[in-house]
Amino acid sequence: MGQKLTIEPVTRVEGHGKVTIHLDDDNNVVQTRLHIVEFRGFERFIQGRPYWEAPVLVQRLCGICPVSHHLAAAKALDVIVGAGPDGLTPTGEKMRRLMHYGQMFQSHALHFFHLVSPDLLFGIDARPEKRNVIEVAKEFTELAVQGVMMRKFGQEIIRATAGKKIHGTGAIPGGINKNLSSEERDFFVKGKDPLNIDKMIEWSKDALNLFKGYHNENRELVDTFAAFPSNHLSLVRKDGALDFYHGVIRAVDEKGDKILHDIDYQHYLDYIGEEVKSWSYMKFPFLKSLGTKDGWYRVGPLARLNTCDFIPSPLAQKEFEEFKAYTNGKPNNMSMHMHWARLIETLHAAEVMKDLLNDADLQGRDLVAKGKKGSEGVGVLEETRGTLFHHYRSEKNDLISMCNLIVSTTNNNEPMNKAVRQVADAMISGQKSIREGMLNAVEVAIRAYDPCLSCATHALGKMPLEISLFDKNENLLDQKTN
Amino acid sequence: MKKILIFGYGNPGRQDDALGVLLADHMEKWAEEKDIKSMDFDTNYQLNIEDALTISEYDMVIFADASIEQIADFKLSQVKPNQKTEFTMHAMSPDFVLHLCQSLYNKYPATYLLHIKGVEFEMKESLTAIGKDNLALAYEFLMNAFTKFSYPKDLLDRHCTGQTGEIIF
Repeated sequence: MGQKLTIEPVTRVEGHGKVTIHLDDDNNVVQTRLHIVEFRGFERFIQGRPYWEAPVLVQRLCGICPVSHHLAAAKALDVIVGAGPDGLTPTGEKMRRLMHYGQMFQSHALHFFHLVSPDLLFGIDARPEKRNVIEVAKEFTELAVQGVMMRKFGQEIIRATAGKKIHGTGAIPGGINKNLSSEERDFFVKGKDPLNIDKMIEWSKDALNLFKGYHNENRELVDTFAAFPSNHLSLVRKDGALDFYHGVIRAVDEKGDKILHDIDYQHYLDYIGEEVKSWSYMKFPFLKSLGTKDGWYRVGPLARLNTCDFIPSPLAQKEFEEFKAYTNGKPNNMSMHMHWARLIETLHAAEVMKDLLNDADLQGRDLVAKGKKGSEGVGVLEETRGTLFHHYRSEKNDLISMCNLIVSTTNNNEPMNKAVRQVADAMISGQKSIREGMLNAVEVAIRAYDPCLSCATHALGKMPLEISLFDKNENLLDQKTN
Repeated sequence: MKKILIFGYGNPGRQDDALGVLLADHMEKWAEEKDIKSMDFDTNYQLNIEDALTISEYDMVIFADASIEQIADFKLSQVKPNQKTEFTMHAMSPDFVLHLCQSLYNKYPATYLLHIKGVEFEMKESLTAIGKDNLALAYEFLMNAFTKFSYPKDLLDRHCTGQTGEIIF
């Protein structure tokens, strides 16, 4: 009897997600799908609101990565108020960069310590009650404390730059509404050990070495697990450097040949389309020049290190050279190497934060730039999970008449589906029974992309964990609820 | 003096999801007016691993959150460490945070969760009428508890276990 195995929602992935794996009568995988319940109401909700409200309103969209939405919206509105995308004051741009790199640092650290380290330390076949941060805390207490403190450091950077943890107001159209006081700067630079930037750099290197040690001992697993060729897309700085906050769009194919040659993201719609599929609420972005079949691409840490030419900070650049040498300078298409790339980015974020904290421009008083007002703007940045697009139009009475968002997880929709299929084929096909370790392997493949599936609300009593098993006629065979 | 933390969480841009955050805000204003020094306040969209460090520095923690459980208006429950695996990455339950606190720092505070009934969670910034009423009741309850006692652990414990029925302050 054929079966449809449903994992709902995916454990330790943000928000809702459901995986269905269709088996035939011989337990061979015939189809896999990652279903994501994406919240799409925001684009309509924001229409009719004054444009200057957008950087705060977008934080309603997601309680998990509000800083990224806050900054992407502000970047789009920089264009509308005539200040952007390259015209911010030094203080305005550097404060935003500090906020963004703090966000990247804390989010990457959380992903590694809370989500990935249990798999690395205990193995992906370990029982579920073993693979969590509590067990890491018990057996590797120092490591877990580092994760907590790195997350806290990044959160404090956000608080200092955005003004507050909830609904931050730091970024405004054309700039920023506060600078960093010398007292705030000293807290991060000279803070009591371990809450200071030098310790964050040291711990970032330690985390990277932990991954590299695991890689050395598990080379075949790390190099082959959910590996598949793909295109890669990200922002890069105009000189080709890795840049999370600003740049031009570059895309390369699996061999490293450029598909998009450093284009101005104000014109992204000329190059990127979004396909709708009947079985998913989430769209499938693609490069128009290659079409829907071949134009899908990866975004995120792996893609960024595949598209950029160098990393503009010394310690991360050294790690980048080792990373690139592993694939002889060609793009790296190994999904598990996403963790390697993410930890190099974590180190880079820490180095950039140190440089910014020691930059006197952060104590400057020229916070906002102005120019000739326009009616349309696009803001793009590289957030934790990949490239994030915000696009607004405001034609009459300063009210928003159009909004289009392409969030990072949407950009990775097709790659995540590919990853699920890869793992299902390798570990589930032909098996007579489904062990928990196999299911976790599917989740490990998805988690490598750090998807954000949040709908932002989380009221008590919602979102049970449910696993359902169906036959090919959609009859429920088994169901388990967490 | 015992240190107490009131920690409300939720997304204020989603109607009644703001109930926990607003409860913490109300209590903070009340404590300022009364010049109470032993209480601290915090808010965020959700709980996470760094909150294990935060709560480790207190004797008592009261989390406040919106709830869609089948309750009339609000309820208080004790929180004990629980290792139940979370299936979301960037949001943790209070009992998981408590367990992480215990694992990392070998201690944990007396902890309670104030569940405040909400009914609507759409993209609007104001509470529903029902949410407002329930917030007022929860606020009154907590304010009265701290008016009567600077460290009302016994009172809160009785309320959680239902030993006294309705608490009369």
